[in-house]
Formats: sequence, structure tokens, C-alpha cells
Amino acid sequence: MNGYLRQDGRKGIRNIVAVAYLVECAHHVSRQIVSKSNNDNVHLIGFPGCYPNEYALNMMEQLCTHPNVGGVLLVSLGCEGFNRESLQATIAASGRPVETLVIQQQGGTLKTIQAGVSKVQQLLAQAEQTELVPMDVSELIVGTICGGSDGTSGITANPAVGRCFDKLVEANATCIFEETGELIGCEDTMYQRAATPELAKEIEAAMIKAANYYTTMGYGSFAPGNAEGGLTTQEEKSMGAYCKSGDSQIHGLIKPGDVPPQGGLYLLDVVPDGEPRFGFPNISDNAEIVELIASGSHLVLFTTGRGSVVGSAISPVIKICANPETYERMADDMDINAGKIMNGEGDVDSVGQEIYDLVIEVANKAPSKSEAMGHQEFILTYKQFEPIGPGCLPATA
Amino acid sequence: MTAQSNNDVIALHPADNIGVSRRNLLVNETIIIDGALIRIAEEIPVGHKVALGEISAGNKIIKYGASIGSATADIATGRHVHLHNMKSDYIASHTRDVVSH
Repeated sequence: MNGYLRQDGRKGIRNIVAVAYLVECAHHVSRQIVSKSNNDNVHLIGFPGCYPNEYALNMMEQLCTHPNVGGVLLVSLGCEGFNRESLQATIAASGRPVETLVIQQQGGTLKTIQAGVSKVQQLLAQAEQTELVPMDVSELIVGTICGGSDGTSGITANPAVGRCFDKLVEANATCIFEETGELIGCEDTMYQRAATPELAKEIEAAMIKAANYYTTMGYGSFAPGNAEGGLTTQEEKSMGAYCKSGDSQIHGLIKPGDVPPQGGLYLLDVVPDGEPRFGFPNISDNAEIVELIASGSHLVLFTTGRGSVVGSAISPVIKICANPETYERMADDMDINAGKIMNGEGDVDSVGQEIYDLVIEVANKAPSKSEAMGHQEFILTYKQFEPIGPGCLPATA
Repeated sequence: MTAQSNNDVIALHPADNIGVSRRNLLVNETIIIDGALIRIAEEIPVGHKVALGEISAGNKIIKYGASIGSATADIATGRHVHLHNMKSDYIASHTRDVVSH
């Protein structure tokens, strides 16, 4: 396969121009710029808050300099707290073309939309100059998440993704699984899989943090649809979700926006540090997808039992349907029918191979189902994190 | 992890005391798990759990070879295992009617 070569040596599987609003007040104008640009490679991202937040700045920096991004237009109202100068400087330093439009300086909505559409045309032309170079599987970063889980998720789609992850890790690619809050109940087995005792301690601390956080919030990650689908408890859902990580050793623990330094399997700790301040750790599936992408994921494997339809801005989402009945109802949205394992028409190994093959195809520019239908959901909200501890990453070779 | 399964119910791990239905199971159907005949005592929707043996109140429910919670009532073989007769050992589950007007 080929990838778009970026200045930092990373390679992208897409060449997106991102239009980023820096406060909700600039959202409509940005959306209009994207819509009038009428190009599948122009994606809308942004942060709605007016108060400055280090996490949000870090996430926007990582997203705007993601290997799948070839150029960025920042849209500011003008008076918000977001540090647009810092973001613009980071993007420019990454070698990407970047422009900023400030609505209050441009003279309002219509003038900014008009200027934005023409800036996007220039950015697209500049991004097209990016060199395409050979890219190896070992250079891929693949994230995984589950949403709308039911009793079939942990039997079909999740273990099949686990097999795909094992194959990717074997090829020295980077795989990321996440949501420590959804792994409550799997602590002991995770500690045993940690590459070092120091990492096991870091994972233990992250799990205790997650349990405390969810207890304070009053809810686990368990949603009513999970129970209707046959799941009864948080730990049952956790064991089913945990299968997505496969059987490889866990090489490291990262936080949103940390990009794994080398191949292997990583756990992404998405639960904020400190006292619970801004509400639920992730308010919906796309908040987690955005964090997987900010940590470098070129594409995301999304397993679903009840039937999610979402995609994402910046990185393609591959939908793996766990439940054969859901697949029959929603086949247009599903890339892989893992439900056939329920019917005895396939097994975890064969579906794992099918997912692996599709990862390579989508990395090779074939659109995933959600991508082809224009799903580009994006959500970013307030959070706070401390940097990861010294035991979290593998010693560099 | 060796899976014992037939076309009706999957037992994910030899240590499990519940199985997961592959299809909607109806009252009085019989299923065979690991050579044993089990009579289904009530409807078990696809993806839901059925007791593979007698489970006493307070005992652990085992799936994937790991505990996924505790029985809150005695559960007879072939019965549906769900919110009405088991609970999490970590954090309470909720349903849609938790907030209503």
C-alpha cells in the first residue's frame, strides 16, 4: 500500500483538509464552508467551549497534525478562549498548509464563508502535492471501540477483532484498545498481560481511577440497550469488550493524544485525572473515536451488536456487526458480518482474517461503508489529564 | 479457552455455569450442552443467558471462565439469568426508566 508522507515521517492513508471551528460560535460558518466546498476530502472538526482547556488544545493539535490530514483551515469567532495562534504555529511547524479566518475580522458570516471556501480550494491544491510513498503494515495504527453492545458482541465481533489485532501486532503494527471504565472486572488478566511489572502497576492505578470515577458519576458504561440485548452486569460487558484486545502482550498505557512510540498493543486510558470535574469521561462513542484518532489511529474498528451507524472525521471507521439479526436489518451500514459466527457459518479465526483483509483494503483507499455514506461525526468536550507515568511506555530499542 | 457449543447455546468456557443462546429459545425446548440434556424453562432471547445447572443465591455467575456477578435468587437449570436474578459485584446496572416523569 501507499501512504501520504508527512514531515515527521508518519504516513497517512487519507489526505483530508480539516476545517476546524474553535468555539461553537464559529460552528455554523465552518459547516457552511465544508458544505459549499462539496468535496469528500473536506472534513469538519472543532471544539465548542469558550473557556481555554489544555486537553482540548492538545487534542486539536494532534488531530490537525494527524497523518491523514494534509491541510487545515481554522475558523475563530475572535473573542473565544482557544489559543488559535498556538494551534496555527503547531500546524505550520508540522509542514502542513494552514490558514486562520477570524469571523469578527472578516466582517461576519457571509464574508467568512466566502473567504473560507476559497481558502479550502487552495489548501486542497496544496495537500495534493503531498508525496505518496510505499507504506508497510507495520506503519499502521489501528484503534478499536465497541458501541451498542449486546449478548452477541462478546462472542462474535469482539473476539474476531482480537484475532485481527493479534495478526496486526505480529506484523509489528500498532493496535490501541481503550475505555478502562469498560474493562472493570478484567483487572487480573490485564495485569498478567502487561509487558513489565511497572506497566502492570500503571494499569492497576488506571483501573482504580476508572472505578472511582464511575462510582462518583453513579453509572457504569452500561446502557439500557445492553440489558435488552442480554448483558446483565458491567463486568459481563467488560469481559466481552476486553476480547477485542486479543491475546498479545500489552506493551504500553497511553492517554488521549499520546502517539505510541513503536509497534505493539496499547491500552488508551480515557478516564480523566483528578476529581471528576466535567462530567462523564466520554459522553458518547464518538468522543472515544476522536481520542483513538488523536493518538494516531489511521482507522478504527467499531464492533456493534445493537447497530451503530457512526463514522468519523479524519479516519475511516470499519463497522463489524456482532448480531446476525441486526446485520440483516442494517446491512448497508455494516462492513463485516461477524454474526455469521452465531449461525455457525464462520468462526472467530475466519472472521478475524476477513477484518484483517478489510483493514488493508481500507488503508489502500477503499472507503468503508460509513465513510462512503458521508458519516463524519465528531465530538470534543472538556477533560483534564496528567502526563503518563514513567512505567507506561516500552523502553526504546 | 475451549468452547463447547451446539447450534442452540454457546458455553464460552468449560468453567461457565451459564450458556448464551444463539437464537430465541422457547419454553420446553431441550438443548444439549456437553452431552447433558437441559429443558428450557422460559423464553430466552438471542444473546441472553440460560442457567446450565442449579445456581444458589449468592453464588457467582461464571462466563468466559470469569465471574460476571452474583445470583440474587436461587436459579434452576434452564432458567433465564438476567437483571431479575443476578447483580454486578461492582456497580449497579440501570434501565431506561431510571429517569422518568
